[in-house]
Amino acid sequence: MKDLVGIKELSRESIEEILNTAKAFKEVLGRDIKKVPTLRGKTAINLFFEPSTRTRTSFELAEKRLSLDVLNFSISMSSVVKGETLYDTLKTIEAYNVDYIVIRHSSSGAAKFVAENTNASVINAGDGTNEHPTQALLDAFSILEVKGRLDGLKISIVGDIIHSRVARSNLYLLSNFDTEIRFVGPPTLLPEDAQANVKIFYDLREGLKDADVVMLLRIQFERQNAAFIPSLKEYFHVWGVKKEIFSYLKDDAIIMHPGPMNRGVEISTEVADSSRSIILKQVTNGIATRMAVIYLLKPKGGIVDL
Amino acid sequence: MVKELLNKQEIERILNRITYEILEKNKGAENICLIGIVTGGVYLAERIKKKIEKIEKIEIPMGSLDISFYRDDVNISKKHKTIKPTNIPFSIDKKKVILVDDVLYTGRSTRAAMDALMDFGRPAEIQLAVLIDRGHRELPIMANYTGKYIPTSRDEKIKVYLKEIAGKDSVVLISE
Repeated sequence: MKDLVGIKELSRESIEEILNTAKAFKEVLGRDIKKVPTLRGKTAINLFFEPSTRTRTSFELAEKRLSLDVLNFSISMSSVVKGETLYDTLKTIEAYNVDYIVIRHSSSGAAKFVAENTNASVINAGDGTNEHPTQALLDAFSILEVKGRLDGLKISIVGDIIHSRVARSNLYLLSNFDTEIRFVGPPTLLPEDAQANVKIFYDLREGLKDADVVMLLRIQFERQNAAFIPSLKEYFHVWGVKKEIFSYLKDDAIIMHPGPMNRGVEISTEVADSSRSIILKQVTNGIATRMAVIYLLKPKGGIVDL
Repeated sequence: MVKELLNKQEIERILNRITYEILEKNKGAENICLIGIVTGGVYLAERIKKKIEKIEKIEIPMGSLDISFYRDDVNISKKHKTIKPTNIPFSIDKKKVILVDDVLYTGRSTRAAMDALMDFGRPAEIQLAVLIDRGHRELPIMANYTGKYIPTSRDEKIKVYLKEIAGKDSVVLISE
């Protein structure tokens, strides 16, 4: 497989292979020398058309730990400002002979477009409201680490689901396993209906009852101006995850968040800092997971494995 | 065509002999540690560790090493082997490391294992113990302790079955 454009195209087997490989890379991250020479001499470029520090840093670290040479391209210092099209930007980059392109773009489908127009391996770091595959993979890895399995879990995703590529990728991934998925939030931020294995809840308590995993999504400030929610304070009051929820979750339930958190909006400080939160583990696991993805992909000219 | 080269007793005798050779060459079990190369080498290393414990009455550290990330053929057409965890829960600085593998062939796995070990620390010495040496070295690598030397041709295959995974102890030669 040359690219990772979305989780939608992946089979359960491929997902399990990525997660198993991520486990091995996590061990590497624990060593004194946190580097392996595996992709020495290869080059990766991080093409971020949307601002991002955490995801880009995570990818950059993953690439460096694999001994790749890394280039960072950020929108402000690019010719996109001068009006260059994505296609031309891509062709210019190809002329530098890079092996891996990690792309984040505000248009859904941008990653697929790039993948179809280059021989390099393309990894989608978030395209519009479509998918964010490596986030879903690191989330699954984090759940596996704590729970030992994905099958048989009840997972509640809380927040701005209709605008969330994280929610979509997680939905695709978790649907490959025997999971009960719940979308929880205000009706304005939830889809009208969802696929068969998803239950929709507008009531936080009902949606979190007996959940094994609670995944929180960031509420973007723009939503209050566009009338999706009356105010951030009211969102926190009704759907904010505060420590009262521990009483109706399972005893060993975990709290997750892709970051960055808005304390006092979707999550209270006590919950964010509680022992149930694996939010920081997600960050560490992000590097291991991304290393696994880069390692398993083959730029054109290599042989398909996944 | 499948021919059995070593049966259960022969493997057991070889491991006993290798254990004694290790103890003889290193004048005991002080300061040595065993690191098995995933997968076959790990079970062999465990058996040798138990034998050393029985003879010398001391427990020596043991670890397992997956060399996938150090291979020299990452970009060449090959099905990925499932990666197993590397676990070396002790420092190898100044220790004599005895690498254990089931089959020594081109020597590239051993080269990869040595590179990996160098990233873990600075061992005083690295020694290599293998159950089978099938010839055809492509690098200047040799084993310090060899179970059996079996000349083979390149289109033949050697399979090592160990009871820990395959339910039986046997080494077979597979040819056309």
